[in-house]
Amino acid sequence: MTLSLNITKQFEGFKLDASLELPAGLTVLFGPSGSGKTTLLNAVAGLVTPDTGHLVIDGQVLFDSAKNIHLPPHKRGLGFVFQDARLFPHLSVEQNLNYGRYFTVNKPSEADVNQIIEMLGIRHLLSRGAAKLSGGERQRVSLGRALLSKPKMLLADEPLAALDGARKAELLPFFERLRDELNLPVLYVTHSVSEAARLASTVVAMEAGKVVKHGSPAEILADPALVPGGVRGVGTVLKAKVKSHAGDGLSELTAGGATLVVPRVNQPVGSPLRVRIAAQDVILATERPIGLSALNIIEGQVLRLRTGEGPGAIVTLQAAGGEVLARITRRSLAALNLSEGQTCFAIVKTVSIAREDIGQG
Amino acid sequence: MNWLGPEEWQAVMLSLKVAFWATFLSLPLGVFVAYALARWTFYGRQLLNVLVHLPLVMPPVVTGYLLLILFGSQGPLGGALEAIGLPLAFRWTGAVLAAAIMAFPLMVRAIRLSIEAVDPRFEEAASTLGASRLWVFATITLPLAVPGILAGSVLGFAKAMGEFGATITFVSNIPGETQTLPSAVYGFLQVPGGESSAVKLVVIAIIIAVGALLASEYLAQRVARRVSGK
Repeated sequence: MTLSLNITKQFEGFKLDASLELPAGLTVLFGPSGSGKTTLLNAVAGLVTPDTGHLVIDGQVLFDSAKNIHLPPHKRGLGFVFQDARLFPHLSVEQNLNYGRYFTVNKPSEADVNQIIEMLGIRHLLSRGAAKLSGGERQRVSLGRALLSKPKMLLADEPLAALDGARKAELLPFFERLRDELNLPVLYVTHSVSEAARLASTVVAMEAGKVVKHGSPAEILADPALVPGGVRGVGTVLKAKVKSHAGDGLSELTAGGATLVVPRVNQPVGSPLRVRIAAQDVILATERPIGLSALNIIEGQVLRLRTGEGPGAIVTLQAAGGEVLARITRRSLAALNLSEGQTCFAIVKTVSIAREDIGQG
Repeated sequence: MNWLGPEEWQAVMLSLKVAFWATFLSLPLGVFVAYALARWTFYGRQLLNVLVHLPLVMPPVVTGYLLLILFGSQGPLGGALEAIGLPLAFRWTGAVLAAAIMAFPLMVRAIRLSIEAVDPRFEEAASTLGASRLWVFATITLPLAVPGILAGSVLGFAKAMGEFGATITFVSNIPGETQTLPSAVYGFLQVPGGESSAVKLVVIAIIIAVGALLASEYLAQRVARRVSGK
C-alpha cells in the first residue's frame, strides 16, 4: 500500500499545497489547528475536490486534475472515522455496522464481522439505537462501521478529540491493533502529541497548508518547530520491552540497556512498548544522584544543545535506549556547564509518565 | 350519513378524491423539487423557486385562467392531453391539476425545510461507506426527512381540499364532475334556502381539516422520535 499525492486547494486566506509519498503503516498527519490536516484527509476521501494535482493509491488514480479524473467518495473504497462519529440516528447499531456491507464488492465474511464486533466489544450494543450510545461507544461503533466496509485504507479525523481521558485510553489500543495486527494502512489526523507518539509509524508534520517534514515519531516529536505547543510539547519516544511487573503497582521496562520504571502496564512480559517522555519532565544531573525519590536515572552523553530566544534550552542526550530530551533553563545550562559529549544523567519521575504516554510498540 | 343529501355527499367524496390524487401525484415531484432547491446549486435555481411559489402569491383566479388557456380543449397542452385520452377541461381530472398546482408551494416548502434540516455530514459519512448519491438519498436523506414530508403532504392535502378559485375558473362547478366541497358551499349560498346544506358542508370541511392536522401532528411526532432514535 502506497499513497502518493501532490495537491493544491485554494481557500479564502488559506492554501493547501501538499505533496507526499507514504509507506504502509499508520501515518499521523500532525500539526496545529488550521494547518490543513483535515482538508488533506478530506481530499484523500474525495469529500473535498482539490484545484490541481493528483492522488494515487496503489496505482489507482483517485484524482488527477490534468486528466480530469475525480472519483467520487463512494468509489474510493476508503473507510472514514469522523471526529463526531456520525452514526446514522435512524438506524440501530447493527444496521449502522452493516451499512457499508451493501455497497462493497469485497464483502466481509461472517468471521470478519464477528472478529471486529468482538475486538471492539460492541456485541451488547447491536440492537440499540445509534442515538442512545455514549461518546466512547459511538466512536467504537463508528470504527467498526468503517472497518466492515472493508476499506483499502482507513482515514481517521481526530477520532478521539471529542472524548474524555478515560475514553481516549479505551480507544487508543484499537488503533494500535489496526496497525500491528490487521496491517491496515491508516491515515490519522491529530494535534495530540501523545496520540502521535503512541500510534504513528510515520509522522507527517503540517503547517499552514504545507507538509513541513515527515519521519519517525521520535524524530518529529523532538523538534520544537514541528510540535504544536512548541518546546512545551516536545519529548522523546523510547522503544522498550516489558521486563517485569512488580507488586507495588509498577512495571519495569528495558529500553536499550537502561531500565525504566513506569506505572503498571497490562501487556505481558516481553511485549514491545513505546514510551513518550516529555522533555519538560526530565531533570539533568552531571553526577549520578543519590537519595532521590525519582526512580528513573538514565545515563547518556550530551548529543546536542539547543537554545532559543526564550529562557529555556533543549538538551539531547544519547542514552542506550535512544535519545532523551530535557528541557531546562539556560541558567541551569550555564550552571552545569554542559558541553557536547559530556556524560550526564537524565532523571524522570515515574509518576510523570502517564498511562496515555505508554503504548504498544 | 343520511343527513347529507346526495348532492352534498357527492361533493364531499369528490373533494376527497381530488385532494388524494392531487397530493399523491405531486408528492414525488414535490420531494424532487424540494431536494433540488435544498441541496443543489444550478443555473435557474431562483427561477424554479419563483415558479414553484407563484401559485401561492398569484390570485387563484389568475392561476385558473392560465390553466384554462394552457390546458383547455383549445390550449396547446390541453389538446395534446385530450388526444391521448386525458381531457382536463371541465373534468374532475382538471380539478386534480388545479388543486395540485395550488397545493404544490406549501408542500415543497415543508419538505424543503425538512431536507435542509438533514445534517449533510450524515450524507458524507454514507458516501464514504460506498453509497452512491441515489442510495444516500434513499437510505439517509429521505428517511430523516420523513416527518417533514408527512407534514408537507397533509398540508398539501388540506390545501387541495379547500381549493376554490383556480378550480372553479378552470373546470367550473359541475355537480358530480367538478363540484368540490368549496364549490358546493359557494353554489348553495347562491340559491335561496341553500344555507342549511352549506352549513353541513362547512362543518364537514372543518372536521376534515382539523382531523388531518391532528393526524399529521401525531404521525410526525412518532416518526420524528423514531428517526432521531430517541
